[in-house]
Amino acid sequence: MGFPYPSDPRETVLLSKYFGDAGARSYTGWTERGGYEGVKTALGMAPEAVVEEMKASGLRGRGGAGFPTGLKWSLMPKKADKPHYLVCNADESEPGTFKDREIMRWTPHALIEGCLIAAHAIRAERIYIYIRGEYTEPLAIMERAVAEAYANGAAGENVFGSGTRIDVTLHRGAGAYICGEETAMLNSLEGKRGNPRIKPPYPAQAGVFGLPTTINNVETLAAVPHIMVRGAAWYKSLSLSNPKSTGTKLISVCGHVARPGNYEVTMGTPMRELIYDMCGGMRPGRTLKAVIPGGSSVPIMNAEEADRCLLDYEGVVAAGSMLGSAGMIVMDDSTDMVRAIWRLAKFYAHESCAQCTQCREGTAWTTKILERILAGLGKESDLQLLLDLSENMTGKTICVLSDSCAAPIVSGIQKFRGEFDAYLAKARTPAMATA
Amino acid sequence: MSLKSEQTSAHGGVPETTAPYQPVFVGAARAELERLRPSYPTMQALLLPALWIIQRERGWISEAAMAEAGEVLKLTPAYVKGVVTFYTMYHTHPVGRHFIQVCTTSPCSICGSEETLAAILRYTGCGELGATSSDGRFTVIEVECLGACGFVTPIMVDDDFIESVTPERVPDILARYP
Amino acid sequence: MADELLTVTIDGIAVQVPKGTTIIEAAKQAGVLVPHYCYHPSLPSPALCRMCLVEVEKSAKLQPACVTAVSEGQVVHVSSEKAKEARKGVLEFLLINHPLDCPICDQSGECELQDYTFQEGRASTRYSEYAKRYNPVEDFGPDIIYVPNRCILCTRCVRFMEDVAETPVLNVSERGDRAYIGIAPEQELDHAWSGNVVDLCPVGSLLSKDFLHKARAWDLDKTASICPGCTQGCNINIDTRDDVVVRFRPRPNLDVNRHFMCDYGRMGYRWLNRGDRLEAPLMLDGGRLVATDWDTALDRFGALLDDAAGPAVLLASGRTATESLGFVRRLLDRPDVTAAIKVPLGDEAPLAGIPNLALRRERVPNLHGAQLAGYGTDWAAAVRAASTAGLVVLLDPELDRDDLAALSGLPGRLVVMGTLLADELRGAELVLPVTTMAEENGTYVNRDGRVQRFLQAKAPPGMARPAWWIAGEVLAGPGPDADAPATAADAFARLGAMYAAFAGLTYAELGLTGRMIPLMGTSGAAAGAAR
Repeated sequence: MGFPYPSDPRETVLLSKYFGDAGARSYTGWTERGGYEGVKTALGMAPEAVVEEMKASGLRGRGGAGFPTGLKWSLMPKKADKPHYLVCNADESEPGTFKDREIMRWTPHALIEGCLIAAHAIRAERIYIYIRGEYTEPLAIMERAVAEAYANGAAGENVFGSGTRIDVTLHRGAGAYICGEETAMLNSLEGKRGNPRIKPPYPAQAGVFGLPTTINNVETLAAVPHIMVRGAAWYKSLSLSNPKSTGTKLISVCGHVARPGNYEVTMGTPMRELIYDMCGGMRPGRTLKAVIPGGSSVPIMNAEEADRCLLDYEGVVAAGSMLGSAGMIVMDDSTDMVRAIWRLAKFYAHESCAQCTQCREGTAWTTKILERILAGLGKESDLQLLLDLSENMTGKTICVLSDSCAAPIVSGIQKFRGEFDAYLAKARTPAMATA
Repeated sequence: MSLKSEQTSAHGGVPETTAPYQPVFVGAARAELERLRPSYPTMQALLLPALWIIQRERGWISEAAMAEAGEVLKLTPAYVKGVVTFYTMYHTHPVGRHFIQVCTTSPCSICGSEETLAAILRYTGCGELGATSSDGRFTVIEVECLGACGFVTPIMVDDDFIESVTPERVPDILARYP
Repeated sequence: MADELLTVTIDGIAVQVPKGTTIIEAAKQAGVLVPHYCYHPSLPSPALCRMCLVEVEKSAKLQPACVTAVSEGQVVHVSSEKAKEARKGVLEFLLINHPLDCPICDQSGECELQDYTFQEGRASTRYSEYAKRYNPVEDFGPDIIYVPNRCILCTRCVRFMEDVAETPVLNVSERGDRAYIGIAPEQELDHAWSGNVVDLCPVGSLLSKDFLHKARAWDLDKTASICPGCTQGCNINIDTRDDVVVRFRPRPNLDVNRHFMCDYGRMGYRWLNRGDRLEAPLMLDGGRLVATDWDTALDRFGALLDDAAGPAVLLASGRTATESLGFVRRLLDRPDVTAAIKVPLGDEAPLAGIPNLALRRERVPNLHGAQLAGYGTDWAAAVRAASTAGLVVLLDPELDRDDLAALSGLPGRLVVMGTLLADELRGAELVLPVTTMAEENGTYVNRDGRVQRFLQAKAPPGMARPAWWIAGEVLAGPGPDADAPATAADAFARLGAMYAAFAGLTYAELGLTGRMIPLMGTSGAAAGAAR
């Protein structure tokens, strides 16, 4: 539902059904709402069968990359001769994205249940849920829920009497966007700096503590119990456009819409419908200028692209961007695009881990150039310089933070060049006092 | 480890105290850390939790405290410091009684969060980012995306997460933090 | 078991390398240098400088050569436009905050940032309007300063201390472009092997205080040598400027010291620069030593040997080359001889992350060469024996006050072959100036039985000669037909006839990484185990 606003009939409420319903937070409340049935079903199945069910459902990672979940689980070693781990990525920190937060705040047991099913499927005896340090309330709610799960035999040495041991540990981050990158998260979990790792080895071979690990996003895992209860075929049928994109997707909508919030839609829903119908359109008297559809790390779309965009993995790519984490930043005609892009670059410069040269230096340098432009001191050559630097920052580093900084810069210059030119021509009042 | 005074940091201009360092990990705090031990296969993995405990107990993480964490977890002081300085939520200097983080990343910025930030700076009398008000009550910083982009402006006051803060709401909200 | 060999083509050159080899190492086989900063063959690879990105056919993205393993049939382009552009980009990013203070930087001339920029960098900067990052110079330890402004954050120093020295006092602090190399509060970079971080630093960020502003890299002559500090036998280069030794630096030898040397060894070069050296043969004449020529001195030495009655004592230095030890010992090839070297002892200081690498307790380089040439190590007994000996020959030993007292009253019986002459020994019958290990070619035998060559790094003072030459001339006797070794190579080749362990060996066979021979006594087992 479009929490905090009432559900819109055009939504498909699955994960968000109980957002705002404080009664769903407790173990009892959750079981009364049908919770923990999926995990009981799963525990009665062989791990391979659970993996097959996930593959059949078409569920793909909701954190950003869209990797098929069942396939990811199947990459784990079949033998559990050494410990396996499930790490739940609850480090939601992609600007524009705030959906995992609501899942944890309102339906903590849905996440725990999804984790338990995944742990069973990959033969993990321990689950780490890595929650970003700023999410104090979700953490407190999750802490209570985990304690309740233990108290009710849903976690611990004998999950629901199945003889399977699964432990759940909550781990608090401490302020680092990059820890949302899965290998950086593993390092952080190990008590290290959150530096992304070189791949290979992939986490399924050598993940946290050097042992086989699967990392899944909160929303991905929260969808899993529904698939176990209602079946892969049903989930797969939730698809309005491309059969490779199935199920529902929580879209965090922020920026200049009348009703920002989290909206759950069937894959393939037109972005138009989301913005204009569910979110109540733009603020009064304003028109759409741009959308960053997948969290800040993806290319910016202009109004025309947004208008024809279908919200699924393929649809957003076809419209010139990526679905990413589906944190949609909607910008109206009042937006200073140069300033908005500068603020993103500044974000990435602040969050670069400092490993790769291009990222460490490039994010800071591009920020400075954008500041210079905003201060009315830009040079004609600055746009080409930004594009050159962006090229040097793309596809060349250990992780994609550097690429993420470049994406809005490149797409911004391509699609909103006039705004840059206005600053360069001093036709626009500087938005910043000094560079 | 030896009992050392809290060190004056080269960067911070922190007033030097002469009191000997009192270890954090004794009694209940030690027991809390011990309880976490079975959840991880390595001692090193307890570092972030241990640093959180230190910050909760002391308000910030001094170099002496880093050394203590290292001592307890069998990590070197250099290693601990490298980790502490990576994460922005750990304070390596004392901060005001209330630590305010205001999100100004793009989604918030385009919806006016800088005005809220300015109002907070005015109300608290901090003057500038990172500074502590003269009465020691507040420290205000700009924070990168708090993950509540639909509810501009989200701020954190200590561990309290507050959404939809507008310049008008600032006095009422901050009055709750004496 | 033979490793599986894979064929890869790098810049058009096909090479076969064992499975598991990285592209950067395979490229070396092909004679192609892949520019790099963070990679170092003796450290784990973090692949973070991104300088070694190369184009691999069938890969969409450029691949880091330092961590990408070769695969069969792989075609790699190091000098393609795409790879060059990527490197140019990295160089540009590295330089924006680099101070370009090359004229006052010690690294200048041997700086990888300078070199690669010279080869492939941009001609001008596009970062002209901004102040560069500035952090003050920090004192990291007894011999190391950190100049953060020059740092490119390759983290070699951090990894060396963490993974090789296993004493992690360094870290990366902060993040993004605010990051710098930090040192633990109240700690120093004073590990016994910490000087290696200066060598490892590809730029002038970590510098040796000892070498600071002492010489320009391009004015230095480098000579392959062996560290005279202990029995480990670390391979080194002696860097000289105008015949003055200005530093020792490690020279790679994967079987002995990989790429490292300890600080004790590193600092042990000053004795090679002494100005108060013996420069001419001296003979006792009318109660005082007077200079003479070599012919006269050699004749006198021969006569002394012939005339000597009773036991003889030979006191030598463990820093003496095997050739000299061997020939001089041969000179005293008589029934009642006590030959010994002095072996100063210190604490062993291993380099934790490298097997069989340590600063050894025995602080002489050629203990094992001396033993093979018939020298003992009971120094005290040998010095005692000297008081009653008919002839005492000193081969440049390090003498303390007690030694000197014992050796000062040996009129008519003392021959000094030395680099220096203590006042107490001015009663010697004959004083012959010899060269130091920096002034001659020679070999040392390390503790594992590796015979290793060192080369002449500087000119000897005055008339000083290698001791093997002196002994060889005396042994050959006077006259035009005399068959004395003319070169160190010749002397070494003849050692085999005197000492079985060296039989059949030549300098050519030793090369510059040495060769194993069986050792005497208990240490011999180590020789068998090593390659």
